[in-house]
Amino acid sequence: MTTKIATRETYGETLVELGKNDENIVVLDADLSKSTKTHSFSKEFPNRFFNMGIAEQNLMGTAAGLAASDKIPFASTFAVFASGRAFEIIRNSICYPKLNVKVCATHAGITVGEDGASHQAIEDIAIMRSLPNMVVLNPADAVSTKALLKEIVEYEGPVYVRLGRAKVPVIYDDDVKITIGKGMEVKGGNDITIIATGIMVNEALKARKELLKEGITARVIDIHTIKPIDKEIIIKAGRETKGIVTVEEHSILGGLGSAVAEVLAENHPTLLKRVGINDTFGESGKPDELMKKYGLTAENIIAKAKEILD
Amino acid sequence: MNNRYPELNKVATQIRKDIIEMISAAGSGHPGGSLSAADILTVLYFEKMNIDPENLELRDRDKFVLSKGHAAPALYAALARRGYFSPDELVKLRQIGSMLQGHPDMKGIPGVEMSTGSLGQGFSSSIGMALASKLDKKNSRIYVLLGDGEINEGLVWEAAMAAAHYKLDNLTAILDFNGLQIDGKNEDVMNIKPIDEKWKSFGWNVIEIDGHNFEEIINGFNEAEGTKEKPTMVIAKTIKGKGVSFMENEASWHGVAPKDEEKERALEELGGAR
Repeated sequence: MTTKIATRETYGETLVELGKNDENIVVLDADLSKSTKTHSFSKEFPNRFFNMGIAEQNLMGTAAGLAASDKIPFASTFAVFASGRAFEIIRNSICYPKLNVKVCATHAGITVGEDGASHQAIEDIAIMRSLPNMVVLNPADAVSTKALLKEIVEYEGPVYVRLGRAKVPVIYDDDVKITIGKGMEVKGGNDITIIATGIMVNEALKARKELLKEGITARVIDIHTIKPIDKEIIIKAGRETKGIVTVEEHSILGGLGSAVAEVLAENHPTLLKRVGINDTFGESGKPDELMKKYGLTAENIIAKAKEILD
Repeated sequence: MNNRYPELNKVATQIRKDIIEMISAAGSGHPGGSLSAADILTVLYFEKMNIDPENLELRDRDKFVLSKGHAAPALYAALARRGYFSPDELVKLRQIGSMLQGHPDMKGIPGVEMSTGSLGQGFSSSIGMALASKLDKKNSRIYVLLGDGEINEGLVWEAAMAAAHYKLDNLTAILDFNGLQIDGKNEDVMNIKPIDEKWKSFGWNVIEIDGHNFEEIINGFNEAEGTKEKPTMVIAKTIKGKGVSFMENEASWHGVAPKDEEKERALEELGGAR
């Protein structure tokens, strides 16, 4: 039985660990600390935790001021508010001056579940990757979340980290080497490539298993860093396999699928099919029900792969 | 009577001349709100703040944030005249390749502590700076200048609430209350009164001064510094376009550059070319 952990849980635990090693780390939240899991840090380091109340614009502006004073602020709220409501503060006060703010947004994607469309960020990757100076990360599981959080403390500049609410399988071993900007070939294969990001890497692995039963070998690549994207690994996949299926828990517009298409179109035109949310809002429901209804499944990945191979 | 006032007056006049020259050379910019803030900036940079143009990273330095970033010419002139960079740079304002961007850019301009321009955001950043100063037990005070139109922004009130909540007594905000914004008088565009009661009810210490009277500005800042457990808002009554008769109290001079003949007249009123 695979262990299942929500990436927001790992975020909360890792923050405490990071806070012990670096006094400059401060954490800000907007009255969601129990949901974003920053409350663990607030208990451990009450002086370095700032609850800004239900005010996401000021959450980001205050984080910018702390960063301008050599602090390393982690600013957390739900992804829909971080990327939407606070967008222009992130643009002008954080990205333009390239300040060292880590925007760690939880409850991203449709697996927010029962809260429904108003709280399901399905466009945050598109929004955040359009900003100069912004690094955009979307870890697949607990292990990669922890590894990437450690990396971003060392990196100086704005980072957007996309985290989820729902428990998801741990797919990596603890000693896996994960680096910002480097895609991960999780499994090899030469017939087709499945490029996935975030919690969809797990569905991609399921799809690979099924395809293998029919004698089709699928390469599975985890693009945890949407920006700067690893062009090399994508071009190589374009060259070596018959086509590419991108998979994301995000709108098919502007996210991973678009980023991969941009790289391929300019370097090695390759047939590409996108699995994602098809330009529509979500709705209330259980995470797995929603994944199924909106086509974020291994079955759908297999169908797209076959469209390419046939 | 402080014997520094004639000197401060000279500096403020110089800054005003610079503002006119810069905006005229650029062919665009915001003279009205730059001129109204000139005396306040003069006091901050030439009298009040603990700063050192030779040591930009001075640990306990005071910090100024121009939240009304469109008054950039006034800030740039103050910085240049205080020695942060050569006054020769000033006439390159807004030109391609120039260090002096249309709105303050902390990455490129020595002495600029925060990039601003989108209203409300500099004020919000100043909350973070004041929190950091307290965390590090620094003596550094944070000064932040807001426009009166700027306080229409919802973000300003989010930040105001937070500053009082965190008892940021190391924060002095100044409201450049000239009564006019782009589309006209404050009360016609969006009524902001009663200003003093709004800030008081948000938990701020409020001081009202004449923003063109050096003694009142200095006393206001000193009182703010002595106030504990609360941030202070200094409401500075000012005149938009102050110092140039045909610009004074004219909303139309918010964001328009003077033509050559207007520039000459303005400089003449300020005592001749710089």
